[in-house]
Amino acid sequence: MSSLRKSYGKLQAVDGISFEVKEGEIFSLLGPNGAGKTTTIEILEGLRERDAGDVKVLGVDPWKEGYALHKSIGVIPQGFMFLPYITPREAIQYYAALFGVKVDPEEILRKVLLEDAADSYFMRLSGGQKQKVGLALALVNTPKLVFLDEPTTGLDPQARRAVWDVIRNLKSEGISVLLTTHYLEEAEELADTVAIMDLGKIITSGSPQEIIAKHGTGERLRVRGDPRLADYVRNNSSLQVEHEGGVVTVLLKHKEDALKVLGLIEGSGLDWGDITMQHDSLEDVFVRLVGRQLEGEAPASGAS
Amino acid sequence: MGLFFSLAFPIILILLFGAIFSGNGSGTTQVYAQNQDNSSAVSLQFIQALNSSGSIQITMVSSSQNFSQYLLAHSASEGILIPAGFQADYLAHIPLNVSVYGDPASSTNGIVLGVTAGVINGFNLLAAHASAILGMEQLTIKSQSYKYIDFLIPGMIGFAVLVSPMFALVNISSQYKRDKIFKQLSLTPLTKTEWLISKILYYLTITVASFILMSAFGIFAFGAHITFTVWIIPFLVLGPFLFVSLGMLVGSISNSVESAAVVGNLITFPMMFLSGTFFPVNTMPTYLQTIAHVLPLFYVIEGLNNVMIYGNINAALVDIAVLITTSVIIFGLAVKFFKWRED
Repeated sequence: MSSLRKSYGKLQAVDGISFEVKEGEIFSLLGPNGAGKTTTIEILEGLRERDAGDVKVLGVDPWKEGYALHKSIGVIPQGFMFLPYITPREAIQYYAALFGVKVDPEEILRKVLLEDAADSYFMRLSGGQKQKVGLALALVNTPKLVFLDEPTTGLDPQARRAVWDVIRNLKSEGISVLLTTHYLEEAEELADTVAIMDLGKIITSGSPQEIIAKHGTGERLRVRGDPRLADYVRNNSSLQVEHEGGVVTVLLKHKEDALKVLGLIEGSGLDWGDITMQHDSLEDVFVRLVGRQLEGEAPASGAS
Repeated sequence: MGLFFSLAFPIILILLFGAIFSGNGSGTTQVYAQNQDNSSAVSLQFIQALNSSGSIQITMVSSSQNFSQYLLAHSASEGILIPAGFQADYLAHIPLNVSVYGDPASSTNGIVLGVTAGVINGFNLLAAHASAILGMEQLTIKSQSYKYIDFLIPGMIGFAVLVSPMFALVNISSQYKRDKIFKQLSLTPLTKTEWLISKILYYLTITVASFILMSAFGIFAFGAHITFTVWIIPFLVLGPFLFVSLGMLVGSISNSVESAAVVGNLITFPMMFLSGTFFPVNTMPTYLQTIAHVLPLFYVIEGLNNVMIYGNINAALVDIAVLITTSVIIFGLAVKFFKWRED
């Protein structure tokens, strides 16, 4: 996909983005609400028409050949809902009939860890179980590629982890996954490739490690101490030293710098304690790149 | 809820209305009469002649009562008063009047006046020793006479055809849109036209079941006269086709579940009452009859009346033509405005 654009009136929702999802990988579009993730994924699914750009999904144009494409992809839209009075087992059978395929509902229910709720009405399922129904339906047509639009938004941490397990199962079966999320932890846990998106543009992409290495500041040594300790280390080394809230943070250029700094601290004769080593997380990089904190754990309101 | 409105509720209405209107199914009007002529032989003959008309039934009021006050006290508008000296004056050929009380706005007033005038005419001829030259032969269009229940069955089929698909589809289409279930279904090989046709077939099945059930109730509980003919089939098909499409259209153009329900009710309720569902349209005021003629349900019920009661296929063909045209237009609009995916 290259140079994809989509605008709503004056709002440029997706502003010339390009990326490629490799076969068998989990690709995550990570960004705050309103970044353009859902618009992007819905264009790829063939649910929305694009304004400009070349898009090929499994070799076809998703808008013009959506009908053919839908037979080989699986999709869970954001905020997945289904018929209130249908059980997961019936929903799977219904989808199998629509796709004209023969499936074993038990096998799919097992894959999505939903055997215990197979015969409960959809409306009575928990948020996590509802998402698993979505995952189950996405698997009915044995897709090569699955689109998951914020699959864990609004779920409690335990349900979120259960959904992650299912997503890892998909990958182990060789299914490619395109996942949007505004949870950094989710992208870090699952994705082989992450593209950080904000205001309709992709800011950076790569594996989480690559992104951290490229945009992160490397290792840091933190030690409890007063400003005099910070000054002492700064004056006796070429390293960048910060002091905040009674903690001295030293940005290391090489791992070996840690030993040198510890020697300086010991030699300073000042009071110190609680030494820790830290490296940048994806979150640190993200906050630096996007320049604003991700909206918290609250469910997304409206499309993002 | 859908099944309740199409199967159970019309039956309840048939039982209810059938019971209410089967009481005076004989068609006679109750009329109070007072004889102030001391039960003279001629006055008794006069009352007997009134009774034997078959159209009115006389209830005698004691001559000691004030007649007009008695009528008021019994909330009766019709009454016949035979004055004192009736026999003496009649035999002496002295003109006198029999008083007929009545409310000109009442539908039974004409019956009472007509019957009384007929009996008076007979008595005049008798007094003049003349015989009638012009007579009247009474004929009916069909060998049987129609009863209220006969009109109620087509009306209730119309009710089921309208209410159940309208309520269900307005609800489903707006809710599925809100919950993005259409978006979900659009990702399967199912097309939106196929989905809409599946709903039409579902309500067609329900309508046929409802028709069989209602006809059985009408015939066995109230002895309704129903002509079963293949000409009923077009109405059982076109009705669900039209109202599933209309419900879908209303749900699709509304931007919330709540507004869809309001618009749906605004369309459904007036149509339900004005299309001849509960009362024949020709008993309504002219301006309401005019309104009825633009309501699609009117043509379903009128058509069913034409084929089930009157056997008037030519008139039914007009109804079928109107319904086909309307249904195709509404179905087309529903498919156009019903969005499966966004752009």
